[in-house]
Amino acid sequence: MRILVLVKRVPATGGRIVLADDARSIDTRYLGFVVSPHEECAVEEAVRLIDANGGESVVLTLGPTEAADQLRDALAIGIERAVLLETDGSDWDPVATAGAITDAVKDLEAAGGPFDLILAGNESADSGGYQVAIRVAVALDRPIVTGIKALEVRDGVATARRQVPGGADVYELPLPAVVAVREGINLPRYPSVPGRLRAKRKEIERIVPERRPGGPTLDRLQVPVEQEQHVEILGNGPEAAPRVVELMRELGVL
Amino acid sequence: MGALPARADVVVIGAGIVGNSMVYHLAEQGWRSIVLLDKGTLPSPGGSTGHASNFIFLTDHSKEMTAFTVESARQYRELGVYDETGGIEVARTPERMEELKRRMAAATSWGIEGTRLLTPAEVKEMVPFIEESVILGGFYSPGVGIVDSLQAGTLMRQKAQAMGALTVAAGVEVTGVAVVDGHVRGVRTDQGDIAADTVVVACGVWSPRIARMAGASIPLTPAVHQMIDIGPVPQFEHTTKEVGFPIVRDMDTNMYERQHGTGFEVGSYAHRAILMDADDIPSIEASALSPTMLPFTQEDFDPQLEDALELFPEIVGDESVGVKLAINGLLSLTPDGNPIIGETPEVKGLWSAAAIWIKEAPGIAKAIAEWMTTGEPEIDPHGSDIARFYDHHKTAQHIAARASEGFNKTYGIVHPMEQWASNRPIRLSPAYDRHVELGAEFFEAAGWERPYWYGTNESLLGEYGDRVMPREAEWESRWWSPIINAEHLAMRDRAGLVDLSAFAIFDVTGPGALATLERLAVNRVDVAPGRTVYTPLLNSAGGILADLTIMRLAHDRFRVVTGGGMGMRDKKIFRDAMPADGSAQLQDVTNAFTTFGLWGPRARDILGAAADGSADISHKGFPFLTSKTVDIDGVRTLASRISYVGELGWEIYVPIEQGLRVWDAIWRAGLPYGLVPVGIGTYAVTSRLEKGYRAHGAELELEFDLVEAGMARPTVKDQDFVGREAYIRQRDAAPAAILCTLTVDDPTSTSGVKRYMLGREPILADDGSPLVDAKGRRSYVTSAGSGPSLGKHLLMSYLPPEQAVEGTKLLVEYFGERYPVTVAVAGSTPLFDPDNERIRS
Amino acid sequence: MSAVLVLVELAGGAPDRLSAEALGVAGGIAKAIGGEVHAVVFASASEADGAADAAPALGGYGVSTVDLVAGEGLAAYAPAAWAAAVTQVATAGPFAAIVASGGERATEVLAHVAARVDVPMAANVVSVLPGDRWRVTRQRWAGSLLEEAFLDGQPRLLTVAAHAVPALEPSASASAAPATVTRVDPAITDADLRARVVGHDMTAGDSISLADAKVVVGGGRGLGSAEAFAMLDELAGLLGAAVGVSRVATSLGWRPHAQQIGQTGTRIAPDLYIACGISGAIQHIVGAKAAKRILVINTDPDAPIFRRASYAVIGDVTAVVPAISAEIRRVRGGG
Repeated sequence: MRILVLVKRVPATGGRIVLADDARSIDTRYLGFVVSPHEECAVEEAVRLIDANGGESVVLTLGPTEAADQLRDALAIGIERAVLLETDGSDWDPVATAGAITDAVKDLEAAGGPFDLILAGNESADSGGYQVAIRVAVALDRPIVTGIKALEVRDGVATARRQVPGGADVYELPLPAVVAVREGINLPRYPSVPGRLRAKRKEIERIVPERRPGGPTLDRLQVPVEQEQHVEILGNGPEAAPRVVELMRELGVL
Repeated sequence: MGALPARADVVVIGAGIVGNSMVYHLAEQGWRSIVLLDKGTLPSPGGSTGHASNFIFLTDHSKEMTAFTVESARQYRELGVYDETGGIEVARTPERMEELKRRMAAATSWGIEGTRLLTPAEVKEMVPFIEESVILGGFYSPGVGIVDSLQAGTLMRQKAQAMGALTVAAGVEVTGVAVVDGHVRGVRTDQGDIAADTVVVACGVWSPRIARMAGASIPLTPAVHQMIDIGPVPQFEHTTKEVGFPIVRDMDTNMYERQHGTGFEVGSYAHRAILMDADDIPSIEASALSPTMLPFTQEDFDPQLEDALELFPEIVGDESVGVKLAINGLLSLTPDGNPIIGETPEVKGLWSAAAIWIKEAPGIAKAIAEWMTTGEPEIDPHGSDIARFYDHHKTAQHIAARASEGFNKTYGIVHPMEQWASNRPIRLSPAYDRHVELGAEFFEAAGWERPYWYGTNESLLGEYGDRVMPREAEWESRWWSPIINAEHLAMRDRAGLVDLSAFAIFDVTGPGALATLERLAVNRVDVAPGRTVYTPLLNSAGGILADLTIMRLAHDRFRVVTGGGMGMRDKKIFRDAMPADGSAQLQDVTNAFTTFGLWGPRARDILGAAADGSADISHKGFPFLTSKTVDIDGVRTLASRISYVGELGWEIYVPIEQGLRVWDAIWRAGLPYGLVPVGIGTYAVTSRLEKGYRAHGAELELEFDLVEAGMARPTVKDQDFVGREAYIRQRDAAPAAILCTLTVDDPTSTSGVKRYMLGREPILADDGSPLVDAKGRRSYVTSAGSGPSLGKHLLMSYLPPEQAVEGTKLLVEYFGERYPVTVAVAGSTPLFDPDNERIRS
Repeated sequence: MSAVLVLVELAGGAPDRLSAEALGVAGGIAKAIGGEVHAVVFASASEADGAADAAPALGGYGVSTVDLVAGEGLAAYAPAAWAAAVTQVATAGPFAAIVASGGERATEVLAHVAARVDVPMAANVVSVLPGDRWRVTRQRWAGSLLEEAFLDGQPRLLTVAAHAVPALEPSASASAAPATVTRVDPAITDADLRARVVGHDMTAGDSISLADAKVVVGGGRGLGSAEAFAMLDELAGLLGAAVGVSRVATSLGWRPHAQQIGQTGTRIAPDLYIACGISGAIQHIVGAKAAKRILVINTDPDAPIFRRASYAVIGDVTAVVPAISAEIRRVRGGG
């Protein structure tokens, strides 16, 4: 089978986000970049599916030239090919992003045959737009499910589970299909050193994407003001238990 | 949390391993009102301690750093947080194998037990997953281990708390340091002020920032050290200990590898030096991991991955073993690679405890605490003393240049005489152009470019033939030339002119000047104006702090002259001693005067010609250890009859802007007498050793006393001085060691090559066992060099009294071989011209 | 006349909490543009009558018209089918805006609508300022950062960030007119049903939903081992609470990911969150943001989580938690 994984390069933030001077992006001078967590699981899922079923896996991202690092992260754990839709690093809205990815998928499929499965993350860690995978699926006229935490593929059908209160909803999708996964679907592996070295030597295919108008259009960012909470210390160690229980009563949770 | 105390005896800023060690040792020393602050949260507030690889290799070529490290390992062991895994430094090249032999010698000199050289097969036996075909051998040290530095810090903090001595306040940011009239009076924080007359900066990479708040300078730079952690390693899954295999240092690739539970950590010092500004370190909140764990830059590490793969293919090449963590960790680098400790010269009461790594932290903290409390650190910290820096050392340009250059020397094979290449030249003698014309080979001291020998003196080689003691082995020919020995011989035969611009010079003046100096100097300073006093300085325990000369220029005016290397440290000693009432003043005139030395049998003829009758320079008219004004070519100079080379002659002090004129005048006057320019190679090594003169930092250190050094005078002056009581006690006791001069009987190695020791080698009994004195100190070579006038290679060493007997046959170990040596002199009698007839002619 | 269309999910005959939040935002928009609020409500054929009975009460939430979508094709949830229906209703509008809640289904359906209609969509909006160009403020980084953005398109599509705005309380006054209910029979194609729920796996869930629990007991690295979580299970059992964990606890394999509270796990909104041995990384904090009160049990009073805490016990969780459980038993036994 052929699988395409869509990933996004995002900064690994700390306890507080610091904005750049123009308040239109975050200050990433001292931050590392990673594959957005849900998508990291998508990459792992793709590697496992190919290991089990055979075939070819491709990872694709839209981002600045440095996003090649995240593609190499995916190559390092076993994805075979990588495609970078290279931008100038500015913020691309979900409409423009999905449009560029759709174009690329069509080109890749025209050249190498259809993808049975396109895997994506449920939402990116940074902008959290919750829509790129759905827009791509609709544009390609393929079924899609999101929020998936378990996936099986058999006989041209993907069986996917989404966690809901009290259990899981089970979906079945005929392939080709798009599945947006959530962290927890698997525990992604760490790349091995040989994997790293192999990834380093691999060629990354670069495409300059066409940017469509879309939205929403970023104007500026702000860090929400956190009011400092007054903490009431109930006590130290086990001796505090009676006071804790008293509090639970006051709050009506007991 | 909780409110900060309004007042404390001492505030320690920074709760990494250094700050925690500091509060413990301060409490041990009796301090009872200590506050420990950190901006971050405990136990891992976000500094370099939190990502340290925590292993401790004991042996360093530096005696001071080894002593700090061994003491630290002892403390960690006592705390129960030290896991002795053993460690192996492996060699991939023949040069490195030679270096490992040199490390063996250092281990013997500094008393590190159980070390030995291993064959590749023996390494493989200890570290079964190593690819032994890549290596030529290893240096094994069983005492190497891994410390839980966070746990150690917590335990030390708790001990101080248990003594009722410590208040800990985490999450408190220091926003200012209060300084009044040059003395620290407290710290300002985002949660209130604390009044304190003593403040310790233990802030690691942030130290420069905190020091700057007080107007002081801690010249270090944050720099990146890369490491990755891979795992889980199948081979480690059944080891029960956190670390079941020795730590490996892959010296030739600047890397280390260690087990870490089921993980394997690979660290590197091989990449380009990546420096940062302390102000650019992100805040705790803005950091993904911690402020000192920056995002990994993969491209810098890629070549190291290949190296690691080559040495540990079984582990690093295992496809199932993943890279779990990869960081660019920040650590502190300094311009000379040493820590920065002690009271800042700018601000009284403000102490630096910075640029200290895990391996040496508790040992150094103990030394600082002793220093703060009694002024008597057990381990001499002079190499790390913050007061050692000149102003140019404190510039960002210098720090960056030297830190970058030094970074890749972390695991390098560094020759003891190796010179820095970057950020030179800085300080130039007025005669610098002449030195260049004379083909000088410049070595740097205190920023000064000093001729070590002169290329144009090559012509002397023919004159002296084999008396220049040519060297055959590459190692000791490095940073050396036989011309040094030729200059030596020419000076002894005729005369030499030496540029001594690097001297540090301070004038102490005023009605209280005499009393002030008398209080510092061991020897009597109350001499007639015009006389010069050579004197050691001691600390209160009687350890040797410094040695220098004091010229009495007038009843209330003295000129102190000391070596450039420790010049600023010595200046601080004097400045700290100045009376509060202002009755004595210190003026640093280092940059106002240049100094030339003129020595040799023809020195009087030459000075006579240059001075042109302006002064009586006869032996009677200008006796030894006096100074007077001499006019040379229209320049008024101060000539001082003194000698560090064992010849008749003078040091001539000249206003720096007229220095060139005086150099030229002496030069012209000397031509008819065969005057040669003489470099520091002669001045500081060969002529000194022939005369048995002691040097600070080699023979003279806090852990030796004047009796041991053979410098005790027949009487002790009546006036009180620092260390007097201890000195008197030392004189009454039998010395534990006696400084001796030894000659190498036969320098021929087993391969037939003549080898010449360079210093710090172990002296062994004739059965090969190390010599240990009653105080537990090993005998090692304090100084080594040619004695061209004697035709022998000379060594100095403190020996136990049983061995300190003239004629005793001993051994010296050098690059894995042992050479016979003989005690030539026990004590300070010169080997050359024992009666000092030349000096007093 | 322009109106705002809201996707409303009913629970027990009334809008669920997140829908009530969306209704609040929709009401604000309607007021600003001088329009009405319409709601679209989904029901399977069997649920249709019940929904029809409940729908007029949405008038109390400021809704004037309810489009009740019911039909055979909606028997099982199919995001594309729901989106087809919403698109059908929207096209009949016209609507100035379509608002959905931050619920998983609502967000998913609205994204489908956005893709079908080919207009932008802003997710996780916390405020809207209609005008020549609409300005929205929306969450990024799960609320650690706010983005001000222009939202264009006809209609404007947005989802409301969960637990970030107040839920609209129903008007008590009798004067609130009941909403007019219109039944919509959506045109659903086979293609719209390619992805749909074909079954439920009841083995995967906890008895008490983490997201909806009134009390959550959370555990992190401070517990020290997988075994130590038994004491949290015990306390949770006594309180009728759900157990949640930090990302570290799932990464270390101590607990399943389903219990993870945080940006990449579940967002909780309990009355009381008891955070045990959790330091409070941003990842975790954003998942617990909506908790009314946080009780922290931790040895380190400087841990970041204290900045979010209402109450704290300083001490080792492995000692404090069993003591609390024992105390609850004692109190109950005695009472």
